[in-house]
Amino acid sequence: MSAPTAAVHGPAWHRWVLWSLLLLFAAFFLLPFYVMVTTSLKDMAQIREGNLLSLPTAPTAAAWLKAWSTACTGIDCGGLRPFFVNSVLMVVPAVLVSTALGAINGYVLSKWRFPGSELMFALILFGMFMPFQVVLLPMSQVLGWFGIASSIWGLILVHIVAGLPSTALFFRNYYVGLPDELIRAAMLDGAGFWRIFWRIVLPLSTPIMVVTLIWQFTQIWNDFLFGVVFSGAASKPVTVGLNNLANTSSAVKEYNVDMAAALIAGLPTLIVYVLAGKYFVRGLTAGAVKG
Amino acid sequence: MNSTTAARLSAWMPRLVIAPSFVLAMLFIYGLIAWNGYLSLSASRLLPNYTFVGFDQYVTLFDSERWWVALRNLAIFGGLFIGVGMALGLLLAILLDQKIRAEGVLRTIYLYPMALSFIVTGTAWKWILNPGLGIEKLVQDWGFPGFTFDWLVNPDRAIYTIVIAGVWQSAGFVMALFLAGLRGIDDSILKAAQIDGASLPRIYWRIIIPSLRPVFFSTLMVLSHLAIKSFDLVMALTAGGPGFATDVPATFMYTMAFSRGQIGLGAASATVMLATVAAIVVPYLYSELRAKR
Repeated sequence: MSAPTAAVHGPAWHRWVLWSLLLLFAAFFLLPFYVMVTTSLKDMAQIREGNLLSLPTAPTAAAWLKAWSTACTGIDCGGLRPFFVNSVLMVVPAVLVSTALGAINGYVLSKWRFPGSELMFALILFGMFMPFQVVLLPMSQVLGWFGIASSIWGLILVHIVAGLPSTALFFRNYYVGLPDELIRAAMLDGAGFWRIFWRIVLPLSTPIMVVTLIWQFTQIWNDFLFGVVFSGAASKPVTVGLNNLANTSSAVKEYNVDMAAALIAGLPTLIVYVLAGKYFVRGLTAGAVKG
Repeated sequence: MNSTTAARLSAWMPRLVIAPSFVLAMLFIYGLIAWNGYLSLSASRLLPNYTFVGFDQYVTLFDSERWWVALRNLAIFGGLFIGVGMALGLLLAILLDQKIRAEGVLRTIYLYPMALSFIVTGTAWKWILNPGLGIEKLVQDWGFPGFTFDWLVNPDRAIYTIVIAGVWQSAGFVMALFLAGLRGIDDSILKAAQIDGASLPRIYWRIIIPSLRPVFFSTLMVLSHLAIKSFDLVMALTAGGPGFATDVPATFMYTMAFSRGQIGLGAASATVMLATVAAIVVPYLYSELRAKR
């Protein structure tokens, strides 16, 4: 539905109020971003002279450079760069593997149901809602057994497992919408499980593939809990680096460096969102409203 | 013979294919939950110690003032986060549903915080809310020299700064859910109501909002489990401080399990969190999956 037509043809002041509210809220959502960007382009003198909303009088990239390569996170002073690299190394394999697993699992759970497969799905799905706190302690023990505690491999494994429920859900709900006749016709032609998957189902999966890739990328890039619990000195992801950087106590709090660092950590997901927001929103609503 | 083996194999193929993921999920979800449950009944402190002590850790937990602070904060944060988030999200959805020309752009603006990590936005809010150079100075510059805003460092007020940042981050998400719901409503009912001369606010109040009940329900689910799991935002904004004034169960668990050397206690608090989420989510999942048959 779109609103009843009365709204459109209502008195002019209706539209006025409506637009004022819409723009007011837009400002509310944009202001923190504006503050981040402007603050990151100031030096400390400009920060002290001006206020939150003032534009930089002499924009400088110094804070960005410092945040990237020399800012201190605890005792290390190598900036966010090593953390950023860790995040990239972690996110690429974790996203690819969890999406692939999701496609296959969703395919089975929608087109090859067997007695008990719905229960299986429900059992897996609960993993999407459980508070991860409840597995942190044993998980660190398990990672130790595998010899991948405090390593990027450990984080990759954790993210793949944590992604099983949502990726299975996305693909399953999408594949449910593909006509069963398609599968049946292919089976009559003698195609089996894998052939149908590769030749028929997968080529039709592009939209949900994009949704899942973007969703998993955003989730894993933005994760903090697993990163802070399971990483070692050399495998911390960028969210942990940022948090350490922003909480490192120094004589003078350099808010401009904090903001530049926050933007560096946030830009990858933000860029993906701006380029492919439609797919991101589909992931969000798919995770909430089960079909 | 060969072909029957092949047929049998292909009949079992779906099960074979999903088996590894299923086993992995069972081990890592339910296996670790059980293990955590066992830890919570053990005497573990700095290291796991499987001496069985019954419910001692839970007794200690509910004797702990800090845990009660965490629960109280969760109640305050959760209540406001869900209430204000839903109200704001619904309002935004209704506003955006009035045949707005720039709907796409506005929606993108309202929703972008959801693409960012709570650590990123928490860092930003910490700067904005900091007493000294943040909002306080801004309002003072506007001509109110006596204005103070120290919620971030005020133990009685700090939890509300987390509400502000949390609502800011997720209101757009709620809007997206409600907007999808609004778009699913049948036009003909509304046309009929209009012909009967019902006013717009009345149509919304009496027809549209009641018909969104399923969306309210799923939004409530999503927001409440987000609230219970809240960790990143608190860590970035206040790290549970000042003192432990803004501790929530998730930060309590983290502190006990990973920096205070109280593994048993941490495990017990995690189990309580799980029980709370399960009490909300399991009936919901059950009804969702049942309704589909």
